[in-house]
Amino acid sequence: MSEYIIKNGNVFDPVQGIKGDKADVAIKDGKIVDKVGSGAKVIDAKGKTVMAGAVEIHAHIAGPKINMGRIYRPEDKLFTCTPTKGIERMGGGASIPTTFKTGYEYAKMGYTTAMEAAMPPLFSRHVHEEIRDTPIIDEGAYPVFGNNWFVLEYLKNQEIENTAAYCAWLLRVTKGYAIKLVNPGGTEAWAWGLNCLSVNDPVPYFDITPAEIIKGLIEANEYLGLPHSMHIHPNNLGNPGCYETTLDTLKLAEGYKAKNKFGREQVMHLTHSQFHSYGGTNWGDFESKAKEITDYVNKNKNITIDTGNVTLDETTTMTADGPFEHHLTGLNNLKWANIDVEVETGSGVVPYIYSPSISVCAIQWAIGLEIALMMKDPMRCYITTDHPNAGPFTRYPRVIKWLMSAKAREAQINAFKHKDKVLSQSSIGTLDREISLYELAQMTRAGPAKSLGLSGMCGGLKPGMDADVAVYNFNPDKPVANPEEIEKAFSRCAHVFKSGVEVITNGEIVSNGNKRTLWVNAKVKDNPQVMRDINEKFLKYYSMTQANYEALGHHFVPNPYALEVDATQV
Amino acid sequence: METVTITMKNLPALYLEADNISPDAFAGKTAAQIGDLHVYEGNETWTLGKYFEVSGNAGATAADTKIIVKGDIKKVKYLGFKMSAGELVVEGSTDQYAGGWMTGGKMLVKGNVDAFAGTAMKGGELTIEGNAGNYLGAAYRGDWRGMKGGKILVKGNAGADIGMYMLGGEMVINGNVDVHVCTHAEGGKVIIKGNAKTKIGGQMVGGDIFVFGTIDVMMPGFKPAGELELEVDGIKAKFAHYIGDTGERHKKKKGQIVYGNLYKKI
Repeated sequence: MSEYIIKNGNVFDPVQGIKGDKADVAIKDGKIVDKVGSGAKVIDAKGKTVMAGAVEIHAHIAGPKINMGRIYRPEDKLFTCTPTKGIERMGGGASIPTTFKTGYEYAKMGYTTAMEAAMPPLFSRHVHEEIRDTPIIDEGAYPVFGNNWFVLEYLKNQEIENTAAYCAWLLRVTKGYAIKLVNPGGTEAWAWGLNCLSVNDPVPYFDITPAEIIKGLIEANEYLGLPHSMHIHPNNLGNPGCYETTLDTLKLAEGYKAKNKFGREQVMHLTHSQFHSYGGTNWGDFESKAKEITDYVNKNKNITIDTGNVTLDETTTMTADGPFEHHLTGLNNLKWANIDVEVETGSGVVPYIYSPSISVCAIQWAIGLEIALMMKDPMRCYITTDHPNAGPFTRYPRVIKWLMSAKAREAQINAFKHKDKVLSQSSIGTLDREISLYELAQMTRAGPAKSLGLSGMCGGLKPGMDADVAVYNFNPDKPVANPEEIEKAFSRCAHVFKSGVEVITNGEIVSNGNKRTLWVNAKVKDNPQVMRDINEKFLKYYSMTQANYEALGHHFVPNPYALEVDATQV
Repeated sequence: METVTITMKNLPALYLEADNISPDAFAGKTAAQIGDLHVYEGNETWTLGKYFEVSGNAGATAADTKIIVKGDIKKVKYLGFKMSAGELVVEGSTDQYAGGWMTGGKMLVKGNVDAFAGTAMKGGELTIEGNAGNYLGAAYRGDWRGMKGGKILVKGNAGADIGMYMLGGEMVINGNVDVHVCTHAEGGKVIIKGNAKTKIGGQMVGGDIFVFGTIDVMMPGFKPAGELELEVDGIKAKFAHYIGDTGERHKKKKGQIVYGNLYKKI
């Protein structure tokens, strides 16, 4: 492989504590190294910002519900198609881009790793086919466990060892990365036309509460010692007053400590926390409770969060939280798709327009930014838009602009139709914090990599780590005259390296890289009972056989990277 | 007003997506610069000059520009796409999306147009001397935002699904129309001087449809609401009034039942 040296850039690397010093980054054989030979290709990064490749912790970018959105929203591709250009294949879509466009857009912004946030296990083959077709970026997928019949039955009897054995089996056959919960119990209740709106609402038939599911899966996660923690989208998403349910959910993590060999410190990752930080009793007195949520998370070190920033765009909401999507279509009267996944989960899809002239949308925008600005430790708070739910991931540069510039936030607040309401229902107007580039590197690189248990591999520029490097046309020594410069600089990288291969030069795709699929291979003690249960459920309830269920390596995961976990000695 | 004449010289093998043939795209350009504007044939990008002979320079603004399109343009799509001012005269029949998303100005087609003419149009005037295809003044596929303003006049007949998701504006069809008129409409006015077939006004929650000829079968969701003497498009006549679609459960305006009107000349 070729050697590169990125010279004289302003390097920001939280892993080594480098805060904008002028330094060289050397790349050899796909890894960051101390030095390279004189024949190495020189990249001049003078007056530019150099960071590790960014890590996306939560986005919906591959799988059946994204495809459902693509199928039933042809208008999303209207005016957003890009023709073939060099090695770049044609793409299309704004909120639900095609697989190729997804890979290209992430890479152009300097992202080199991304996680698909909700994989229905039954459709893992489809998810992996889409991941395979997404170029450049390393990807993993989180299978959903929170409404799975096996999990509900084992946890009802508090059988943590069996739950863990089942989780390990499912991660292996679906080539999954982490344990994801979406509206635990609520989506199963939706199959009965009901929902679980608090952590104590019983799930019909199974007679278990969301609280028991959450605690049980935290225990199973730590029993196995997985790289990532339990990753949760709690109950009661998006309703006024939902912050109380969120606090109840967060409190369930009390007393648990992370047990793993990957350097991860949290036991719970609260995702798209913006959607879970609402106060008030209806849409009229709807208000921000970002302070209550971030105060709690600031105090409790075993929790990490991501923001879920509203970007004020027309987008497509999609989640395994089926009952919520039904609620949403009732609010905006737009088209609705509902999907049931037998035995395991469900999902829904509804288009949504976050209009700056609607006060609720503007307050949602404020809450997302408040969370990022109120979190004291940027290593535990990551920037996401819960793509495509709060906005497309292609808007990250805009979110970065709002976080890095109080002036840009003020301009947006002044542009809102209900400016006074935004200021009275949130505290965005009182926050003057501006995120520094070092903090940005923590929130988009080192932080999510550590939370995912990948801190030894990506998210930093320490010699020995994968050579994922992004060079931005942004001079940190010069004052920013116009906040738009920030958005422009972070939209298109000058150079991006993915595992030592130059994939972007001056914002254009020059290579499709060496994309890998990340998954977790967890070994557990032989568990004949769980194997028998799996067999029985397939015979009794599934409409397919076990043999057709597994996402087999050679076809679905052609370039795997397995993180090995051994829980046989527990 | 400056006039630019473009004449088809080399027929495309596939369909030509010419979203640059509009006074807005031509404004301020010389004939040579107009010839350099891009068009798509399949997934390949070419210049306008490859297919058209361009003569005359455009005016400084779109309002100062008149375009005349000549030759065999049956395979050209998106004529007058997003035009906001000026004039566009099409001397022949053209393919889909003629006058799509237009916001102003005048467009005249002397022949027929295929489907999706005047899609999601917001303003201006679109006149079709021949027949119009399906989805005239409708929303784009999958979208819920149809024609919102402006005026469409069709001197011949129109196809099916006209005015789907119509929000405003006016449409006059001198001839007959096919099935599905103003499905899901929320506003606007459609005048059909000929006959209509079935499924007229299905799921509409606002807007007016006038039919001067016959209607094959009425939708069961429409209820009779008496007779009215009205003047429509300069014609004074007696109409039977129906309100519907009462079967539509999606009510855009909460707490208030708003339905569309269907007037049948008697």
